[in-house]
Amino acid sequence: MENETPPTSGNGSWSPRIIAFFCNWCTYTAADLAGVSRLKYAANTRTIRLMCSGRVDPQFILEAFAKGADGVLIGGCHPNDCHYAEGNYKMLRRFQLLKRMLKDLGIAEERFRLEWISAAEGEKVKSVINDMVKKITALGPLDLPGKVADWDREMTEPAPAVESAPVETEVAHA
Amino acid sequence: MDKVNGNHDVRIGFYVCNCGTNIAAMVDVQAVAKYVAALPNVVVSRDYKYMCSDPGQELIQKDIKEFGLNRIVVAACSPLLHEHTFRSAVEAGGLNPFFFHMVNIREHDSWVHTDRDEATAKAKALARAGIRRVARHRALEVKKVPVHPDVLVVGGGIAGIHAALTLAKSGKKVYLVEREPSIGGHMAKFDKTFPTLDCAACILTPKMSEVGAHENITLWSYSEVVKMDGYVGNFKVTVRRKPRYVLEDLCTGCQECISHCVYKEPKFPDAFNEHLGKRKPVYIPFPQATPQVVLIDPEVCLNFRRGVLTDKCKKPCVEACGDRKAIDFKQKEELKEIKVGTIIVATGFKTFDVGRMPQYGYGRYPNVYTALEVERLVNASGPTAGDVLLRDGHHPKSIGIIHCVGSRDKNTNRWCSRVCCMYSMKLAHLLKEHTEAEIYNFYIDIRAPGKGYEEFYDKLLEEGVHFIRGRVGEVTDWAFIPEEEGKLVIRVEDTLAGVVRRIPVDMVVLATGLEPHADAQNVRRLFNMSCGTEGFFLERHPKLAPVNTFTDGIFLAGCCQSPKDIPDSVAQAGAAAAEALVLIDTGHIEQEPNTAYVVEAECSGCKSCIPLCPYTAISLLPDKKKAYINEALCKGCGTCVAACPSGSIVQNLFEDAEIFSEIDGLLEPTSV
Ligand SMILES: Cc1cc2nc3c(=O)[nH]c(=O)nc-3n(C[C@H](O)[C@H](O)[C@H](O)COP(=O)(O)OP(=O)(O)OC[C@H]3O[C@@H](n4cnc5c(N)ncnc54)[C@H](O)[C@@H]3O)c2cc1C
Repeated sequence: MENETPPTSGNGSWSPRIIAFFCNWCTYTAADLAGVSRLKYAANTRTIRLMCSGRVDPQFILEAFAKGADGVLIGGCHPNDCHYAEGNYKMLRRFQLLKRMLKDLGIAEERFRLEWISAAEGEKVKSVINDMVKKITALGPLDLPGKVADWDREMTEPAPAVESAPVETEVAHA
Repeated sequence: MDKVNGNHDVRIGFYVCNCGTNIAAMVDVQAVAKYVAALPNVVVSRDYKYMCSDPGQELIQKDIKEFGLNRIVVAACSPLLHEHTFRSAVEAGGLNPFFFHMVNIREHDSWVHTDRDEATAKAKALARAGIRRVARHRALEVKKVPVHPDVLVVGGGIAGIHAALTLAKSGKKVYLVEREPSIGGHMAKFDKTFPTLDCAACILTPKMSEVGAHENITLWSYSEVVKMDGYVGNFKVTVRRKPRYVLEDLCTGCQECISHCVYKEPKFPDAFNEHLGKRKPVYIPFPQATPQVVLIDPEVCLNFRRGVLTDKCKKPCVEACGDRKAIDFKQKEELKEIKVGTIIVATGFKTFDVGRMPQYGYGRYPNVYTALEVERLVNASGPTAGDVLLRDGHHPKSIGIIHCVGSRDKNTNRWCSRVCCMYSMKLAHLLKEHTEAEIYNFYIDIRAPGKGYEEFYDKLLEEGVHFIRGRVGEVTDWAFIPEEEGKLVIRVEDTLAGVVRRIPVDMVVLATGLEPHADAQNVRRLFNMSCGTEGFFLERHPKLAPVNTFTDGIFLAGCCQSPKDIPDSVAQAGAAAAEALVLIDTGHIEQEPNTAYVVEAECSGCKSCIPLCPYTAISLLPDKKKAYINEALCKGCGTCVAACPSGSIVQNLFEDAEIFSEIDGLLEPTSV
């Protein structure tokens, strides 16, 4: 029962940890439906229920990555179907901005995903999660906490070289 | 114990449900309980067979008293199922009901994973997040909002009619909105109904008249809902009333106008008769139509040209109407705004479009009919007065009825439409009665699971109706032998005999399945509902909340939820009416206290939240230059909270601190 140890690369038992933010009305209900239908999917997501995807604060996503998540999934109602009229559009706008910012931090696109999943789409919950787990497994651990610690160390130690190294970006090997 | 909110010591009780073996088979519940027992602030941690049972709930209440618990976490099924149950239990135990958090380890864990270690690890992480979160919960108060006593019923088929009458009889005011010129729905088209073969009009007409006459029912036919705002107890609905060019209050239904129309003979295809009959530009859909009011079709009336008034006709209809002055060619569509507290959606179904199965030859061979057309053909008040006369002018001597057209077929619709076996047998009986023809039923399985249904099947077998088991491959007029000349040949593999057969008949009836309306998606959006994969409206719970939707105060009845027969539609309509009555008679609803508020001291007055709110709940206090949220308008989506640059908006139940602690709890390494 030790498979919840923090992810370390090179460790054969590593598998990604994904934080999911699901809206109450569509995607959370779809995940319930997946359960009732006994669909089987990878056990790597941990879901936080919010009333609307519009509630997802960019800070939640940063917090998740900072605390060691390998991926973040957001699920909301399809365009035009938002229980609150347009919360999902607000999320979409934030998502676009945040994706750019995460890229600048060196976080691969595959690690941050927004999906529209209606209450009837239990199957989609399964396929999206499985697909995301596959892609992130191929990328390997993100270990942002480790990286941040490294960056902090660099900040406190005097810089050895003048040129600043470009941010390393990940490449999927799937 | 830690002071988390600074106000008191947090003492948490944790309960993990076995749900029989539903959870326990895949999650090591004892390990979870043991793990959680060691987490900070946890005073009691147990696993129990069924937490939702009375003893399960009592366990929580007993522990609250005995251990001085002030926070409860239950890890069990979905909060959408039992959050309310446990909140009530916690409240009965003497705590504020919101000092509770529910963790979903069944739908989101044990039911969807296959590795016990992984599922257990996930359950621990989810439980840990719940423990961290609940420590931050605050006491909240449920607000009571009054429920408007009027009800809107959408769709006037048998389901809508029954729901409206039930409510009206209990003294509630009902608006019944029907899209067509008359109520009655599909049932109004039938001659007889299975399995009793009682005449449809005889049982439906009195109910329709009762609707028309009931003082508590406002019947708006030829009308549609175009907008709905608000929430349970307080819906604001806009209804569009299409112009009939006849004033409903003044028309007596005498139909003099129809006989005096410049068109001496009916000339235009009649939709009520499935286009088998004809009507005039001024018409009443069928003799028992309710309301008994004629209407004018501007597409074909000579006083219009392509729907636009020209005033070029002599208008003998107006003359015939005389002093009643009921005809008004200038009538415009009207928008009505009403307030209701509850809504019942009963918009029914449409039949499968046979054009999607060209192999059955509908439209190509005139003697191929849909079941609804045959319902009109065998009907004494139908276009042929009950004489089964084919389009080619002959009476059929042999008839093939093809079951499951657009049902149980992965190329079209996968579901069983539930009524086709029965109505096919009903039509077989009626056609035999009317024509004495040989009748062949082509079926996959006979589904006759209702009261008296199997007996009806037996009766048909005794009447000498033939049953051939097999899905029909094709209907063709290509004759191989002289006996097939001039006939329609049904090609089928008889799966009981194990041979491919060709059966020549004079008439083919397609037993079309039931599907959602083409505009079901729009209606769903209008009323904020969900659809299942097939497109029928989704009930909140397939077993325990079959007439509720995911939107409180909106209920379902009849075939818009799934195919069903008349008895089931009526039963469901009664259930939906009862659900509405519960809300009306309670008089108020309790609102989830998940609204947002502004912490004034931190608000910079930047106004970025104001345009984000779809409910215009946020405004700027002019004197203070601070944002203000009107709690009565806030629906609790939290969009403004996420967008506030200074973090000065708080959403109850979903506070930033609560969600951050959940994130941290989920990602903390598990060490056991
Ligand atoms: C050929 C055939 C034969 C059948 N024979 C039998 C039988 O013998 N016995 C039996 O028990 N069952 C029979 N059934 C099943 C029966 O038709 C249904 O059980 C019944 O009609 C369901 O009633 P309903 O009110 O749910 O839907 P419907 O009868 O479809 O009524 C729905 C009403 O809502 C209106 N509407 C739709 N959309 C809107 C909208 N957006 N706004 C306003 N109004 C709207 C429609 O115009 C319609 O009047 C048969 C079905 C078929 C196809």
